[in-house]
Amino acid sequence: MSRVTLKHITKTFPGVTALDDVSFEIQDGEFFVLLGPTGAGKTTTLRIIAGLEKQDEGSVEFDGEPVDDLAPPDRDVAFVFQQYSLYPTMTVYDNLAFPLRSPLRKLPEDEIRRRVEETAEKLRISHLLQRKTARLSGGEMQRVSIGRAIVREPRIFLMDEPLSNLDAKLREALRVELQHLQRTQGSTTLFVTHDQIEALTMADRIGVLNEGRLIQVGTPEDIYDRPATTFVAQLVGTPRINLVEGMPENGSIHARNSDLHLPLPGNLRLPSRFLLGVRPEDVIISPDGQFSGQVLLTEPLGVETVVHIGTGQERLLSLVPGIAEWQIGENIRFDISHDRLHCFGLDGSRIQA
Amino acid sequence: MATIELRQVEKRFGNHQAVKPLDLTINDGEFVVLLGPSGCGKTTTLRMISGLETVTGGSIYLGGRNVTWLHPSERDIAFVFQLFALYPHLTVRQNITFPLQAQGESQETIERRLAEVVRLLRIEHILDSRPGKLSGGDRQRVALARALVRRPAAFLMDEPLGALDAEFRESMRAEIKQLHIDQNATTVYVTHDQVEAMAMGDRIVVMSNAEIQQVGTPAEVYHDPANLFVAQFIGSPGMNLVKGHYIGGQVIMPGDNNRYNVPTDWVPALNRATGGDGDVIVGFRPEAAVAASDGELLGQVYATDMHGAYTVLHVNMNHDDIVHVRSNRRTTYPIGTPVRFNLNPQMVRFFDPVTGQAIRREVVQ
Repeated sequence: MSRVTLKHITKTFPGVTALDDVSFEIQDGEFFVLLGPTGAGKTTTLRIIAGLEKQDEGSVEFDGEPVDDLAPPDRDVAFVFQQYSLYPTMTVYDNLAFPLRSPLRKLPEDEIRRRVEETAEKLRISHLLQRKTARLSGGEMQRVSIGRAIVREPRIFLMDEPLSNLDAKLREALRVELQHLQRTQGSTTLFVTHDQIEALTMADRIGVLNEGRLIQVGTPEDIYDRPATTFVAQLVGTPRINLVEGMPENGSIHARNSDLHLPLPGNLRLPSRFLLGVRPEDVIISPDGQFSGQVLLTEPLGVETVVHIGTGQERLLSLVPGIAEWQIGENIRFDISHDRLHCFGLDGSRIQA
Repeated sequence: MATIELRQVEKRFGNHQAVKPLDLTINDGEFVVLLGPSGCGKTTTLRMISGLETVTGGSIYLGGRNVTWLHPSERDIAFVFQLFALYPHLTVRQNITFPLQAQGESQETIERRLAEVVRLLRIEHILDSRPGKLSGGDRQRVALARALVRRPAAFLMDEPLGALDAEFRESMRAEIKQLHIDQNATTVYVTHDQVEAMAMGDRIVVMSNAEIQQVGTPAEVYHDPANLFVAQFIGSPGMNLVKGHYIGGQVIMPGDNNRYNVPTDWVPALNRATGGDGDVIVGFRPEAAVAASDGELLGQVYATDMHGAYTVLHVNMNHDDIVHVRSNRRTTYPIGTPVRFNLNPQMVRFFDPVTGQAIRREVVQ
């Protein structure tokens, strides 16, 4: 496996800048997720690394060596797409062996057997090797599909939204399999998705891409706890972060349109107007809370309930454990975790201490 | 507004039974969600209520009136689809008032009702725009306004959020629920998304294989699923379901020494269901499993999921028996770490592995 470095990559298509001076590095053995909405430039990045697309400026390096002049087959990357397709009339064994039997590789059969059996073992499908894929359950088929991608030992796996066409339950199951596999075999992986849950749960590090620009690179904790912009803050976390307009007032923060007064976090120097971000789990309903509000709406999700609280002219979302039974219009009290406040300038960028 | 009653309603397409005979009463002012995977019969049921589909058997009552064989337009029902069926050449204002003009309402009535729905849905600023210029969320608001303005006896909604981006879905979900609270209109809402169903429904009708699996409040379907299908379908991830063998007040679970002492209030029911010695499936939600150093059950960490506010541990009890345990996000566990955990006794459920039905503590009369 390899370390992959992108240096100042720019790519324009007629009328659009798909990537604008994008630089980042994927460490050897790292699971790196590119997260962003449709049109952010995620797939273009993958295709440039694979050599399927040529950048206008910048360079791609594998282990410190530029690969810009290498054709796609010579880069030795494995691409996993949205749809896995298995050969229904072949056995699981032959499906797994298929990528190894490519004329380009010319592997001896005993080497192929060794690799197929090893892969099957990792995916716990050894008992299925002689079965035709048409006779597998959905979950088994998915494992075989992953197996076919990992049976090769490429320099990097490039995965383009591989889970997005699956139903919710299969997606969950497969997410865990991919994560487990990547951790245990330490493969360098670049995984592209628009789904923030996939990014948070699987990544060692996440790169947030929007309109061709890399906005932030960090661990899931960095991205969730210290979002660089309001865009990132709103992209990760469900329900979405509360954003209200704030202003400094005698050494504290006053949220406009409400009676919320909060201590100034750390030694931040705040402008006269800014945006205050509070994650819903940091709005805590409690009988002796500092602030008062009214229940506008509740949304029980099962493990927790989203409570919409009206306070002054603001609506704050709070996340409460369990299925909470509040009456609409009920008066409640709540607190806000002081140590988890986020402040952003009106341009959207995080205000740092 | 009105009560909707389905009595032995069924639908067959040739040899295919799309909906098996079902009984369902939706109370006046209630928000009921028909939930299930594609092909379960939920949309066909909705379409039979609307009259867009005829029934093969049974009858449908709306406000006590038998509407089974009435034309859709005679049923006094408004339908909101996944794809906002708006007239592209008309302005938002014209789109909304069109149904009233078609009904021959006076100009005064039209203006008054328009003002009402516009205020409710906060769409003043787009009244003179055409649908093509609007965001998905705004288009769905206009479609809702057009349904609301007629003041029908009931609303039927078929995956109205299905076509929206994730960011709009969450806010529209709350808006539709708020609208229901303000209007209190009898509503039947179809979705395949269990989060939407839980968040919005007064009651949820879980469907699969052309029949009703369970009807209950969000708390009922979440905490007391009627069978294995509901247990797995509701929740993200679904309920953990682990095969075990019950004997003498204990369930022998997969893995080494995983003997689970059954909460005492379950012992009589399990003795009754298994004859004192038999297979059961133990069900528990991820938040019912609590990691503890002296926990009764043991497994190894298979994967760890950071979800922002919390972490889900995937714990391997034995080959292929992976359970989900909800944990504090601040604790990290490398793969392979042994984890002990206890089950919250209030949140443990049991199922019959043969029938798939929940075992009940209380004796059913």
